[in-house]
Amino acid sequence: MHSTRSVIIFVLIMTTVVALLLAGLSTILAPTHKKNELLYAKKSTLAAVSNHLGDVDFAGISDDQVESLFTERVEQIVIDMDGNTVSDADIEARGYKGGKAENVDILKEMKKPEADRVLPLFVYTKADGKKYYIVSTTGKGLWDVIWGCVAIEDDMNTIAGVSFDHKAETPGLGAEIKDNAAWVRQFNGKKLYEDGDFKSIYVRKGGARDANYEVDGISGATITGDGVTEMLERGIKYYEPFFKNLKG
Amino acid sequence: MADTQVLDKKAASPISFGKKERALITDPINDNNPITVQVLGICSALAVTTGMKNALVMAVAVVFVCLFSNVITSMLRKSIPSQVRMIVQLVIIATLVTVVELLLKAYAFESFKQLSVFIGLIITNCIIMGRLEAFALANRPYESALDGLGNGFGYGIILLIVAFFRELLGKGELFGYKIIGATPEYLLNTDGSKWFGWYANNGLMVLFPSAMFVIAILIWVHRAWNPKLVDIS
Repeated sequence: MHSTRSVIIFVLIMTTVVALLLAGLSTILAPTHKKNELLYAKKSTLAAVSNHLGDVDFAGISDDQVESLFTERVEQIVIDMDGNTVSDADIEARGYKGGKAENVDILKEMKKPEADRVLPLFVYTKADGKKYYIVSTTGKGLWDVIWGCVAIEDDMNTIAGVSFDHKAETPGLGAEIKDNAAWVRQFNGKKLYEDGDFKSIYVRKGGARDANYEVDGISGATITGDGVTEMLERGIKYYEPFFKNLKG
Repeated sequence: MADTQVLDKKAASPISFGKKERALITDPINDNNPITVQVLGICSALAVTTGMKNALVMAVAVVFVCLFSNVITSMLRKSIPSQVRMIVQLVIIATLVTVVELLLKAYAFESFKQLSVFIGLIITNCIIMGRLEAFALANRPYESALDGLGNGFGYGIILLIVAFFRELLGKGELFGYKIIGATPEYLLNTDGSKWFGWYANNGLMVLFPSAMFVIAILIWVHRAWNPKLVDIS
């Protein structure tokens, strides 16, 4: 049996050693963590235009290719809810260090009152000069948040591609919105507007009934599918003022 | 600590790799497997076995934590006050798990994203704490290292077997590569013939209950194959 004094000394030494060790490791690795997170977000953004990357095969894309595509081909814009662009200094003032669209945390923005939000917009220019507008949106899945990027062609109507991600959907069911490439491909070529009115895309349980505005739901993932429908309809609409400014 | 195993009666015995030492590694893999015989660590075996890749990363992480927590506890075994030994063990495990988490986040980000919460839950894996309590507190670091490796492997092998069946039958894939299914893009299908073309992915296999079924069948097969286990129960 140890005395109380020696127990306390042992515990104090142990706690100090462990705390210093973990704090040190965390500090050393922090830049790598930050870099990985940014790269992951950039890759998800590019995934929405994965069919239009030219000679780059998205399935085997390297980290360097993601970085170079992003610097060479992608223009980063941040807009406010009225469709006006926000300057880098204003973005920094909102707490996003670096002040570019890639640093804007859309999950954080969605917690703010609607009028105060800013939205990241990535404009990807294909080798032949055609532009794709990649918008970001977020919503609720079954267990936790889901989010995604939607690439819209320069007619501001046709979807060129999408990519979705999630925090905690069930693998094999809700997680298929990210993992199932065939399901994600369904969105390509769908339309957002019908006769000038915003309609968005509907994830239909039991199979799509409209070739232009609906996609098949996933069996066993009805609630996640409904979440995708909701986030697309609400999230893309936020960009409408900007698209109107752009057109007129 | 009634059932604590003590190997170092002769504390000065030289470090060697004989029959006894080999048994420290092979026992937890077969006769005394943490999952199929002791039925420990079932929770994580249900959660991370939807795919081979996740199961492999998890197995490596557990082997790492099991090995080093055993060695560290064993080195400190004479100075750990018995009143707080559980807390000390928990701190050692938690530290190692956090190290694993930080390293994965830096060097294997995709796996980190997929495993996320389950890495942290290694802390609550009773296999690791059980080995510290039952073995490392009473044995030298060398034997403890072998014991940690053995138990880590024993856990990891079952994880990989369960993941093999769940991913293959649930998604028709292994390590994310398509193997069996209805369309020509699957590995076993060629233009002329479709092997397993009749097979439709079983959605139940990707859900947690299927891991219970697979583990139960594994326990049955293990016992039928290893007569020593039948005598125990």
